[in-house]
Amino acid sequence: MSSSTMTGSQPRTGAAPDPPPDKKRPSGRRSWRRSLRRDWQLYSLAVLPILFFLVFRYLPMIGNVIAFRRFEPGGSILGEEWVGLRYVQMFLSDPSFWQVFRNTLWMGLLTLLFCFPVPIVLALLLNEVRRTALKRFVQSISYLPHFLSIVIVAGITVQMLASDGPINHMLTAFGHDPVRFIQEPGWFRTIYVGSEVWQTAGWGTILYLAALSTIDEDLYEAARIDGANRWQQTWHVTLPGIRPTMFTLLILNIGTFMVVGFEKILLLYNPLTYPTADVISTYLYRTGVESNSFSYAAAIGLFEAVIGLLLITSANRLSRKTVGTSLW
Amino acid sequence: MVSIQTPTRAATTVTGPTRGYRVFQGVNAVILTLVVVVTLYPIINIVARSLSGEHQIRAGEVTLWPKGFNLTTYKIVFQDGTFWRSYGNTVLYTVLSTAVAMALTTIYAYVLSKKDLRGRTFLVGIAVFTMFFSGGLIPNYVLITSLGLKNSIWAIALPNAISVFNLLVMKAFFENMPAELEEAAQIDGLSTYGTLLRIVLPLSKAVIATMVLFYSVSFWNSWFSAFLYMDRADLMPVTVYLRNLIAGATEGGNAGAAADQLTQAAANIQSVTIVLTALPILAVYPFVQRYFVSGVMLGAVKG
Repeated sequence: MSSSTMTGSQPRTGAAPDPPPDKKRPSGRRSWRRSLRRDWQLYSLAVLPILFFLVFRYLPMIGNVIAFRRFEPGGSILGEEWVGLRYVQMFLSDPSFWQVFRNTLWMGLLTLLFCFPVPIVLALLLNEVRRTALKRFVQSISYLPHFLSIVIVAGITVQMLASDGPINHMLTAFGHDPVRFIQEPGWFRTIYVGSEVWQTAGWGTILYLAALSTIDEDLYEAARIDGANRWQQTWHVTLPGIRPTMFTLLILNIGTFMVVGFEKILLLYNPLTYPTADVISTYLYRTGVESNSFSYAAAIGLFEAVIGLLLITSANRLSRKTVGTSLW
Repeated sequence: MVSIQTPTRAATTVTGPTRGYRVFQGVNAVILTLVVVVTLYPIINIVARSLSGEHQIRAGEVTLWPKGFNLTTYKIVFQDGTFWRSYGNTVLYTVLSTAVAMALTTIYAYVLSKKDLRGRTFLVGIAVFTMFFSGGLIPNYVLITSLGLKNSIWAIALPNAISVFNLLVMKAFFENMPAELEEAAQIDGLSTYGTLLRIVLPLSKAVIATMVLFYSVSFWNSWFSAFLYMDRADLMPVTVYLRNLIAGATEGGNAGAAADQLTQAAANIQSVTIVLTALPILAVYPFVQRYFVSGVMLGAVKG
């Protein structure tokens, strides 16, 4: 620790970080040694965080090799011996896998169709409100569900749809028979998407409202002079103004297409609704964690991740080529 | 209160807004009122149910205001030792996990904010990469289990110690601090550690408060890690306690009068537990909401 005062007293930012461009750079090794001597305290601060990323983020990525290796609980987390594509073949010939695969596609599609556009519409509507106080009030209220635990959201959903809940009371008031929503496979997707929209729509407007606030007022002025009415202004000025945000979020949404709200489904489904509610992530949770078929479940998880990766890269490429917006 | 403000469009042309636009404004007001009602109704209804009598709930009389006001269900829940233990666990997990997360996030964000640090791009890269790729449920479960962290508080605190999003928000904040301050501190002989502790952190109270809020809300609300790694009932947080109540309700599909009666009392207990679990969040929400909005903006712009 005796050298700490010495290195510490050199103002780091004062020293030129790079040699002047006309001179040759010193060999990488020497300058590394110099940076280490100058910044060792900073590097020492980075040790624990780097350890965190290696152990809790990168090790599990490598841990996916158990999809191709025999794994024994209590043994090495990287498995015992190679078994090739045995587990992949296993799930490809498993009829319940294809059922959850279809359910995942359905659920992802419905989420994309509803949860993606609703915040855009809501942001556009909020943008037209002229009384600032009113607008802020609606915003504050609509953000609220985002802050509630997903368990609470699931609990509220179950209560609203219970046999003595408000929805069933409304149905009976109109002369319908009460519906056992939570036990009906036919209702699950509607319930899931509805609850998802309730929870995410308000918070989802934030980035759109920010983008809307950056649109140049002169553009509206110019459009008005050209005789554009309100609707035409929205179509030709507002929507192009938020297009980059829209496409960025669309790409991200497509990237998480296969992941669909695992936690919420886990909370809301039950064996009666498995035919429509069970998705890849819940299926691999049950086979892996509950039935201890770790390798089999890891193979399914890897399959899901690969599809997600393909989706996000192709969406990104398509978006870059067609509208010029991309994540990378 | 909210930091996002879109400039209201100068709407008045010489002729004033058209009739169509006035109609639209009316329709818009109705739609937004509906949004507010649909958002708030379930929450208010749960609060009202938690305070109402069973008969009134079953008769469908309870909407926005308690009917047959009574605190019986609250008393039942308050006398349940498991509930209190879960609530205490949640407080403990939230405080400890937030402390660990703040320590790791702050020091890493500080390191990453040094623009002329060699290898900085790499250090940022290993963090950002994990935003797009993760190991997945099973390898994570296998790892935590084999580390012997099951039934330990560290199974909740450690794997979630750095949220990359929060890290980037904090890094952006540190980057915007005037460099002269730190230079002066180092000329005065403070080490890097001393500069961080005595100069940087005291000037970062705003971002630290925001990050503490981000982390503690997410730890308070989390349930899945605990559900996955805590096998013993005396270790579960209140979210898992609530989850078990809900699971009992969704899976108890058998009809019959006796079963319905049971579900009825259970439903009341559910409402009360929901209210009590959400209470801390609802209580601070009006005051902290704007910090979340500004934090998200910062993260979205920088990240």
